[in-house]
Amino acid sequence: MSDTEKWKKINKSREERPKVQEYSCWEELSPIPISLPIDGAIGTTGDWRTFRPIIKEGCNRCGICWMYCPEGVITKNEDGSYAIDLRYCKGCGICAKECPTKNIEMLRESDLRK
Amino acid sequence: MIKPEQKDFVQDTEVKIIKGNEAAAYAAKSARVQVISAYPITPQTTVVEKLSEFVDGGEMPGTQYIKVESEHSVMACAVGASKAGVRTFTATSGQGIFYMHEMLHWAAGARLPIVVAIASRGPAPPWNIWADFTDVMSQRDVGWMTSFCATHQEIYDEILMSYKVSEDHEILLPKFVAYGGFILSHTSKPVILEDQEKVDSYLPPLPSEEGWPHIFIDPKRPMMFGNLIMPSGFYYEFRLKIHDAMIKAKQKIKDAAKEFERIFGRNYGNGLVQEYKMDDAKISMLTYGDLALQMEDAVDQVREEGYKVGMVKLRHFRPFPTEDIIQLGKKVEVLGVVDRATAFGSCTGGPLSNEVKTALYHNGETAKLISMINGLGGREVSVEQQKEQLKLLVKYKETGELPKEKLIHGTIWDGLLEVK
Repeated sequence: MSDTEKWKKINKSREERPKVQEYSCWEELSPIPISLPIDGAIGTTGDWRTFRPIIKEGCNRCGICWMYCPEGVITKNEDGSYAIDLRYCKGCGICAKECPTKNIEMLRESDLRK
Repeated sequence: MIKPEQKDFVQDTEVKIIKGNEAAAYAAKSARVQVISAYPITPQTTVVEKLSEFVDGGEMPGTQYIKVESEHSVMACAVGASKAGVRTFTATSGQGIFYMHEMLHWAAGARLPIVVAIASRGPAPPWNIWADFTDVMSQRDVGWMTSFCATHQEIYDEILMSYKVSEDHEILLPKFVAYGGFILSHTSKPVILEDQEKVDSYLPPLPSEEGWPHIFIDPKRPMMFGNLIMPSGFYYEFRLKIHDAMIKAKQKIKDAAKEFERIFGRNYGNGLVQEYKMDDAKISMLTYGDLALQMEDAVDQVREEGYKVGMVKLRHFRPFPTEDIIQLGKKVEVLGVVDRATAFGSCTGGPLSNEVKTALYHNGETAKLISMINGLGGREVSVEQQKEQLKLLVKYKETGELPKEKLIHGTIWDGLLEVK
């Protein structure tokens, strides 16, 4: 497949586009970067985070964090509990601020990596 | 592929006596441009005026003519239109290019094949509207290809060749087509306007509904362009790709010029440079734009006096014809480089002489380079003066001396006023 056809395929639809595009070198890149409205269009923004939100035991599953998360990275599990997708969470801390039972704690990433 | 609304587009081969700016407008018409964004600035204004006449008079059916409020908007509009997958054209000059500068980066970064005619003029202050290529030369690093025209016919031809190169899927870069303000833009000469079918066969087909291969606008398929890339992302690599495309464009320019000659019968050297009486010349002048045309007369006259001099016309400044310049450096003993533009505070003071010096460095035996500047802000440069410039090279070859009164900071500033 020529480069031109490859770019066309990537542009064509979000279904056909590979979820993760892989390039072995700069020559394989298309001429310009484009961003389609898919998960993580700008990359794994979790890298930006300084503080990581941790949902502690004692969460009453009210769903307020899920409603307030500006990035939509908090999801509801089947059992009714909530989980945070740390690949994309930027660590803004809004969930911790809004949590009525103060069960979300913000911990410094560098401390967690020790 | 011709759009259905464009089927009434007609142009037969004919010779018309027209101004340089009109030649640019006719070229845009022949190229069937689909969107023209326009804002007036002297000496370019009559390009977009002529195009508005064409569009208003029904001679360019299907073409959108968009009047905007500034040059910044002109380029923003052209960028938007081109992203949507149409052939786009505009024209500007001097201060207009400077005001566009930011959007020029957007066009090159988005790899949009926009072609812009530039009727070059001196930058202000002091206010000046006459021929001086500093305006386009100061856009050296924006990632646009840059070419210079010496004749009215070349303006028409070069715009057609520019679409051919710019829209090549391996290139996809915008292009400036520059010519001296008033000297070419407002004088009249016979220009051969080519038959529409021949032009259609030469140019790439207009982009289809799919748009360009790398970019298009379609509400059904939303996507974002010009998005943020973090330092760890591919920003650096995309910059390299622009440089890579620019270097690859050299061959495409040569191919486009060769095919142009085959179809239309007019020769423009190898596309990048054009030689004049260089077969036996050991002394050569390198220059660009209208000065190059006049230099041919000067070369003829100096040859009559028995000196074997030649001239090379630079057609493309970006991509820079490095290989041709290295060859030229090996071929001749003395090479004069004449700029009608300034690069203040640089090694030689002139943009082209700087580039030539860079190209010749580390290439073994090479010509002595004499950098010259003349004709700034439309100052008249006569054939007599150009003959003197050539003889100055002859004298330098014989004696190794340069006229001290003209040599300022290592460069010959020719034609300065003398106050008596």
